[in-house]
Amino acid sequence: MAYSDKVIDHYENPRNVGKFDDDDNSVGTGMVGAPACGDVMRLQIKVNDDGVIEDARFKTYGCGSAIASSSLLTEWVKGRSLDEATTIRNKDIAEELQLPPVKIHCSVLAEDAIKAAIADIKRKRGITDVAEAAE
Amino acid sequence: MQFPIYLDYSSTTPVDPRVAAKMAECLTLEANFGNPASRSHMFGWKAEEAVETARKQVADLINCDPREIVWTSGATEADNLALKGAAHFYRKKGQHIITSMIEHKAVLDSCRQLEREGYEITYLEPDAQGLITPEQVADAIRDDTILVSLMHVNNEIGVINDIEAIGKITRERKVIFHVDAAQSPGKIDIDLEKMQVDLMSLTAHKIYGPKGIGALYVRRKPRVRIEPQMHGGGHERGMRSGTLPTHQIVGMGEAYRIAKEEMHEENARVLALRNRLLEGLKDIEEVYVNGDLAHRVAGNLNISFNFVEGESLMMALRNLAVSSGSACTSASLEPSYVLRALGLSDELAHSSLRITIGRFTTEEEIDYAIEKIHEAVVKLRELSPLWDMYKDGVDLNKVQWAAH
Repeated sequence: MAYSDKVIDHYENPRNVGKFDDDDNSVGTGMVGAPACGDVMRLQIKVNDDGVIEDARFKTYGCGSAIASSSLLTEWVKGRSLDEATTIRNKDIAEELQLPPVKIHCSVLAEDAIKAAIADIKRKRGITDVAEAAE
Repeated sequence: MQFPIYLDYSSTTPVDPRVAAKMAECLTLEANFGNPASRSHMFGWKAEEAVETARKQVADLINCDPREIVWTSGATEADNLALKGAAHFYRKKGQHIITSMIEHKAVLDSCRQLEREGYEITYLEPDAQGLITPEQVADAIRDDTILVSLMHVNNEIGVINDIEAIGKITRERKVIFHVDAAQSPGKIDIDLEKMQVDLMSLTAHKIYGPKGIGALYVRRKPRVRIEPQMHGGGHERGMRSGTLPTHQIVGMGEAYRIAKEEMHEENARVLALRNRLLEGLKDIEEVYVNGDLAHRVAGNLNISFNFVEGESLMMALRNLAVSSGSACTSASLEPSYVLRALGLSDELAHSSLRITIGRFTTEEEIDYAIEKIHEAVVKLRELSPLWDMYKDGVDLNKVQWAAH
């Protein structure tokens, strides 16, 4: 399969690889996917007291498109508020990376990862979303 | 070194230049272009002679009578012809067929078609090493079993079934035995005087011959009957109609002739390269060889690098042409059904590489591959949350995954 230049760039020079301390109260962690499905993403965001994402880290087990999706996501979330970050959609990621249809699930996973990370930091801080409470 | 390095010989092989030269002699006006079925002139006679020489060359490698060779377009067609042909011919005798879970799709999909037609298929499960035992076959045979179809060498893991032992059982129980031997000629000795095989599928393009040509061996004593699947001019004693492609057939013949002459020397060289490769990769933590290493053709190494996903590994190895059992390499998004049938966990199946070595592989290329694989595994494990967890002592089987 031919990869887009952007996927190759993120794959070869992944941004923000690493890990924050899970127990840090300013850190939200989202781990999505399963080894059995061939992809697992761990996305972490560091959020300041104003609710702005100051930094992000990821590690991903998966194909090149999964790695690129999560790498791109860490770039996108930095500097955004939690509310802004929740508006990131998988199709934006898929468009930016020019993912072929068979790789769309990689971008879906990335959207799931940021949602999970945001939910985690909110839980840590005792913030309950209206939407979440309704779930 | 020329890049990318070809390490996918089980997928297909380049045509040996000696084969290509022979084929080129069968195409143009000045050359041997005639229709082997033309009985009225020299052009036909010459083409027929070339076809019969090739038939003998193929028969010689597997020690059978040339009259037992039926040309087909490849092993897929030979598998179809064998399975559907025998099943249809012997339908009144019974409608039960035995095969295995790790056959090539050409066999499995032919079996699916026969199921739709009302046949019942038993799919034997291989052991953890990928082998089917003679006892399993004996236990599965029933009074209404008409056919057993098993592969000689598995295309993904390269393991070798004991065809001679299984053939004794099928012959004793009067069941037809078909062997898909797409991967084995030139890799291991085949002696059809000793092996009680009734039908055997062969191909040219995995043994340095051209694509688009293969053959089905159909035993004469005891005689095996098949119903043709391709109707027409009654070529190949009515079993497979269609004008014979002289150049393809001559290519297959030459490829089989070369194999017979050189296979023992070649396999020793290839095995040394495979051992060098394995030796070079063994020091990586958490690597697993998939399938039996002792009962395996020389050129195959199927190996899993735990916590690294196969497709991303291949992306890092863009200078190496290899294949993977990872889901992402198939349209279905399912990991290799062969590796799963061995009982491999999904993650190990996703983490597998198939590296296959052949006639033109050099030691220098193997050393380059070892170096690049080392680098890629280190890089991808740095990126892998599973590797982190493994290093932290987390049992990945006990984690609740949010599967999607």
